[in-house]
Amino acid sequence: MSNAEFIVKGARWRGESVDVLVAQGRILELRPSGNYMDPGAQKIPAGGALLLPALTDCHVHLREPGFEYKEDIVSGLGAAAQGGFANIMCMANTRPVNDEAAVTEMMLEKARRAWKNGPRLFPVAALTRGLAGAELAELAELRRAGCVAASNDGLPVRNSELFRRAVEYAADAGLIVIDHCEDPDMAPGAGVNEGEVSSRLGLKGQPVAAEAMQVARDILLAEYLGLPIHIAHVSCRQAVELLAWAKGRGVPVTAETCPHYLLLTDEAVENYSTAAKVSPPLRTLDDVLAVRQALREGVIDILVTDHAPHAAHEKEVPFAEAPNGISGLDTALALTMRMVDEGILDLDTALRAWCWRPAEIFGLPACTFKRDDPADFVLYDPGAPWELTPERMRSKGKNTPFMGQTLPGRVNALFVGGVRIV
Amino acid sequence: MHWTHKDLLDVCDLSTGDVERIFETADSFMEINRRQVKKVPTLKGKSVVLFFAEPSTRTKTSFDVAAKRLSADTFSLAKSGSSLSKGESLKDTAWTLQAMNPDAIVLRDSRSGAARFIAERLDCSVLNAGDGWHAHPTQALLDAFTLRRAWGGEFAGRTVTILGDIAHSRVARSNVNLLTRLGATVRVCGPRTLLPPRLDTWPVTVCHDLGSGLDGADAVMCLRLQLERQQDGLLPSLREYAQTWGLSRRALRKAKAGAKVLHPGPINRGVEIASDLADDPDSLILDQVASGVAVRMALLFLFLTRKD
Ligand SMILES: [Zn+2]
Repeated sequence: MSNAEFIVKGARWRGESVDVLVAQGRILELRPSGNYMDPGAQKIPAGGALLLPALTDCHVHLREPGFEYKEDIVSGLGAAAQGGFANIMCMANTRPVNDEAAVTEMMLEKARRAWKNGPRLFPVAALTRGLAGAELAELAELRRAGCVAASNDGLPVRNSELFRRAVEYAADAGLIVIDHCEDPDMAPGAGVNEGEVSSRLGLKGQPVAAEAMQVARDILLAEYLGLPIHIAHVSCRQAVELLAWAKGRGVPVTAETCPHYLLLTDEAVENYSTAAKVSPPLRTLDDVLAVRQALREGVIDILVTDHAPHAAHEKEVPFAEAPNGISGLDTALALTMRMVDEGILDLDTALRAWCWRPAEIFGLPACTFKRDDPADFVLYDPGAPWELTPERMRSKGKNTPFMGQTLPGRVNALFVGGVRIV
Repeated sequence: MHWTHKDLLDVCDLSTGDVERIFETADSFMEINRRQVKKVPTLKGKSVVLFFAEPSTRTKTSFDVAAKRLSADTFSLAKSGSSLSKGESLKDTAWTLQAMNPDAIVLRDSRSGAARFIAERLDCSVLNAGDGWHAHPTQALLDAFTLRRAWGGEFAGRTVTILGDIAHSRVARSNVNLLTRLGATVRVCGPRTLLPPRLDTWPVTVCHDLGSGLDGADAVMCLRLQLERQQDGLLPSLREYAQTWGLSRRALRKAKAGAKVLHPGPINRGVEIASDLADDPDSLILDQVASGVAVRMALLFLFLTRKD
C-alpha cells in the first residue's frame, strides 16, 4: 500500500512498462506496471507513452523586458511547457539588461504569476554592466535576487583581464560564467560560416578560428584559475578538440551545443535563408560530425536551444541585415527524438544532456525517478508525427529552419513538481 | 522557342543555350547601334524601372540607353532623394516598386541576395544589376560577349586571368561561372587578403603572384579596387598595391602576345591598371561599354517579350 496522490500507469521507461507514483510533488516510486492496490491514488493512464524526465534548457532568450513583440515571459514559458521543459535559464540581453536585482525580481515575479507551477525560470545575470564589457555587474546582489549564472552572451568580453576578474568574482558570488565564444573583431555576428558557402554567396563569413580562439582562452583561464567556465553553443570541430584536450587535463570547463548544430550545415543558408542565420553560424558537415561525437562522448556536456525568437518582419530582410537566432523551445524535444530515431544519439545521452548534466552544472532540480526527486516528467508520444507550422508554435518567434518539416512525436503531458501543466 | 525565365539573378540560372541565344540577339542589336537612327519600336509601351540603391552611373546608363533604343519607357529611382528613404525595409521597397506595375525592374543593391529577395516577391521580371559581393550577371555576359567577338567565338583553350579583389567582387563570381562554362580556363590572382575562402571549391586556379597569374594568359580582367580596402586592414597602401598587383605594360609581357585587357570600370588609373595600358589598342575597355548596351538590349528584349 502506497501513499501516492496519483499514479501514472503504463508508461514506457527504458523498454519496460512502468507506473510512476507521486506524492507532494515528488517521486515516491517508479515500479513495474501491475495491479497494485493503491486505493487513495488517482490513476492516470499513460497509454504506452514514453516516460522521460522533464528537460532543462540552460540557454534561452525570453526578450522581456524590452522586446515583448518577439517573445515575453508568458509566451516563452508556454513554448517551454509545450516542449517538455521544467526549467529554463534566460539570458540577460533584455532592455534594460538584467544587470541589477530589480530586473531579475521582475522576471521572476512575472514568471511566478503567469506559470505558478512551472516551468521554473532561472535568470542569468549580465556579467558586465549593460553587457558593455567594461565593468563587472553586481553579481553578488544578482545571485541573491535569484540568478544562477552570469554571462555576456551575445556580446563576448573582449578584454581578457576583465574576463579573468569576472570569472573570479562570479565564483565568489556562487555564479558560473557562461561564455559566448567569439572573437569580437572577427566577423561578429556574421551569421554564416566562412567557407565554401559564404564564398559562393558573396557573404562575409565568420571563421571557426574566431570561436576556437576564444574557447582556447577560456580553457587556459579556467585551468590557471582552477575555476569553472561553461562554454556556450559550441559549433565546430576545433572547439571540440580543444575541449577534449582540456577535459583530459582535468580543466573545470563544461560545454553546450544546440540541436541545430547537430542537424544542419551551412548549406541551410543557401538562397540567403535568414531562418538559418544563427550565432555562431552553422558550420560544415565535418563540424557537425565532430559536435555529435563530442556530445556522445561527454566532451560536450549538455544540450540547450539558444531559443532566440524574432518577429517575422525582422527576418524578412536581406541576409546580412537579419538578426541571428532560431526559435527552438517548441521543437527541441521532437528534434532530439528524431536524432535518437536516426541513431545520431542514444536516448540516455540525450537525457543526460537535456536533464541530468544541466542540473549538476548549475545546481538545478532534476528528476531521475528516484524517491524524493521532483516529479518533473514528460509523457512523450513517439507515434504522433506532426507538421511544424507557425500556428503550432507557442513561441511568438516562428523563425526556424525546420518550418514545414514533419517532426516525429509530441509531448502528451508535462508534470512539473507533480502538477500537470500540459 | 520562348524565353521562359522570369528573372535574371545570376548567370548560373542560364543554360549554355540561353547564353548563346543572348549572344545571338545581342549580335543583331550591335548592328542597330551602328545605324544613324538607333531606335526600334520593339518594346514600345513597356516600362522598366531602374532602381539603383547603390550608385552606379555606368550600369544604369547602359540599361537606360538599351531600354530607350528599344522604345521602352524607363523610370529611374535612386535610393536617396526618392520616397524610398533610408530605413525602409527592402520588403516595403519591393511593394512600392510593384505598385508602379512595371514590366521589369533593374536592381542594384549593396546587399548580397537582394535581387533574389525582390524577385521572390514581385510578379514582374527582375534583372540583377549587381547585388553585394554576390552576382553581376549582365557584366559577366557583356564581358564574355566582348571576348567572344575578339576571339571569333572560341573560348576553348583560352585562359582568362581575373586580377585583383576577388573576395568582394560580384563581377569575379559571375565571370568565373560563365567563362568556365563557355570553355575557358580561369585563373584568379590577387593578394591573399582579397581572395575569398575555399577557392579550392571554385573551378579556377589560384595564383598568389602577378607573374604566374599572367603567365601565358589570353586575357586579363582587372577588377576595380575599392579604395577603402586599406582602411579595412586588407592592404597597407594603394602605392604598394599598384606596384605589386597593378597591371603594367611590363607585367603584361608575361601574358600571350596580343592578350586582351578588360576592366569593368570605373578605372582607378594607376592603381589596378597603368593609364597607358587602359588606352592601348589591345584593351577592350571601350568595347565592353558598347557590348554592354547590346547585351542589355538583348536581355530586355528576351525578358520583356517572354511568355509564361
Ligand atoms: Zn550566445
